[in-house]
Amino acid sequence: MSALINLIYIAASILFIFGIKMLGSAETARKGNQLSSVGMLLAVIATLLYGGLSWWMVVAGVVVGGAIGAIAASRVQMTGMPELVALFNGFGGIASLLVGGAEFAKVQDLKITGYLDALEAQSGVAVPAWFVLVAIGLAVLIGGITFTGSLIAYGKLSGKLDGKPTVFPGQRFVNLAVLGVAVAAMALIVSNADGSTALIAGVSLVVLAMLVGVMMTIPIGGGDMPVVISLLNSFSGVAAAMAGFIIANNVLVVAGCLVGASGMILTVIMCKAMNRTLGNVLFGGFGAASQSGGEVEGEMKAASIEDAFYVLEAAQSVVIIPGYGMAVAQAQHAVKELAEILEENGAEVRFAIHPVAGRMPGHMNVLLAEADVPYEQLQEMDQVNPIMPTVDVAIVIGANDVVNPAALEDEGCPIYGMPIILAHEARTVYCLKRGQGAGFSGLQNSLFFRENTRMLYGDAKATVAGLVSEFSN
Amino acid sequence: MDYAPLLLLLFAFTLAVFLGFELISKVPSQLHTPLMSGSNAISGITIVGALLALSSGGSAYAQWIGFAAVVFATINVVGGYLVTDRMLAMFKKKGDSKGGTDA
Repeated sequence: MSALINLIYIAASILFIFGIKMLGSAETARKGNQLSSVGMLLAVIATLLYGGLSWWMVVAGVVVGGAIGAIAASRVQMTGMPELVALFNGFGGIASLLVGGAEFAKVQDLKITGYLDALEAQSGVAVPAWFVLVAIGLAVLIGGITFTGSLIAYGKLSGKLDGKPTVFPGQRFVNLAVLGVAVAAMALIVSNADGSTALIAGVSLVVLAMLVGVMMTIPIGGGDMPVVISLLNSFSGVAAAMAGFIIANNVLVVAGCLVGASGMILTVIMCKAMNRTLGNVLFGGFGAASQSGGEVEGEMKAASIEDAFYVLEAAQSVVIIPGYGMAVAQAQHAVKELAEILEENGAEVRFAIHPVAGRMPGHMNVLLAEADVPYEQLQEMDQVNPIMPTVDVAIVIGANDVVNPAALEDEGCPIYGMPIILAHEARTVYCLKRGQGAGFSGLQNSLFFRENTRMLYGDAKATVAGLVSEFSN
Repeated sequence: MDYAPLLLLLFAFTLAVFLGFELISKVPSQLHTPLMSGSNAISGITIVGALLALSSGGSAYAQWIGFAAVVFATINVVGGYLVTDRMLAMFKKKGDSKGGTDA
């Protein structure tokens, strides 16, 4: 039986690998996701073949969890996607923590020698005690960090918590100290897993892991969330892999590890897109205080919707640059309408998407896809930048730091070196913005003060709708 | 102690790291969200561990902890796959849903 189960696990792993591979291209992505879900189903069925499980608990758990997951997934608005992904990710983390906890409870129950015997009977693999215990500790630690870290990210993304970084003096030292105590608790468990001290250490480890997750995430501001979500995604994979090491389960180790690696890659891509190191994102407290530097001469020139209409009507090529502000204003459908009208009017319309625009990797793409914008029209920064000088009008909708020319010119500014979309090279730039405040980085955006820039103040959705109605008159 | 099975597990782990890096490094940025949410669903594989914690040989404590793990992992798996599918259903080529406009 064990051979059959492991063969099915191999099949499941292959489906995961193909699934992830197919997620890499827009044509095959949906099928890839379905393949990987079949892999998951296979893995679950194979696991049930082990038998000897408490059946009513299996059924009840799957039904309750499945219902909650299905309802949440079908009800969520596309604008609420970042926080839902964060929440699901957190649940994956706590599941790994609980797997570690359940195995630890068994260790306490059977004593470590009895536990190892039972494990060998089930998995056919004899593992040393220290290995199992370290894996339990890591599954709990990483799972706990993933759980509370994701919850804080959820809070910040959904606006339930303040998006501003929370920083205090000596923060790094405190965090390191908490992590150190957590590692000490792990060491205590490994040295003697049977006694009641181990139980106390185990419970402390859970609490400390959750504390680390909170402490790690609170100093990170809302605009850096794309990095944090992908990092926590990576963690949830690693936590699953650790849970796999406890019970010597191949499919858990392989699948968890795939997710860990892919999440790490995304994290690095996000950091590169901001020209910052992971350390700087995690510990920088970026955007906590209004930064010095970036003082800009000149004044912002406001324009009316009517002015903008006349310029847009004459435009041959238009680039729309969306940012988090478009998501907040839920303006994606209005923006799509404007793009269509401009095309009917004979202009070539492109959307320029910065890799870290929004609050999650690829956030803008999802919103515009929801509004039915064909994905060929969505272009990456490197494709659009070379043609920016030939563009008649650039429309910046709720984006700020990703179009700030200070990143190129002002060596003193905190975002210096970050690759930007060269909106300022267009002949005319319209910036849709709610008010005159600074961006997430706390910087004044020198784009807004340029000679060729006009500001359209007000709610982005209302402004875009106003433009659309000007065209239809 | 025979370390061979354990080393095999570490072997699989190491190869999976490289495989993960290889698979992801060429994904276009427009697919980053579905990729993240799809791989997030895969991380719900911990459901396998959760199910095994329900073995009736274990104590009631272990079983109840395992039960909670099953619930959370299933939310992660089912919700993750469904939400990814919903997102990907929206990614359309020009002209998929309606006649293409002449640009």
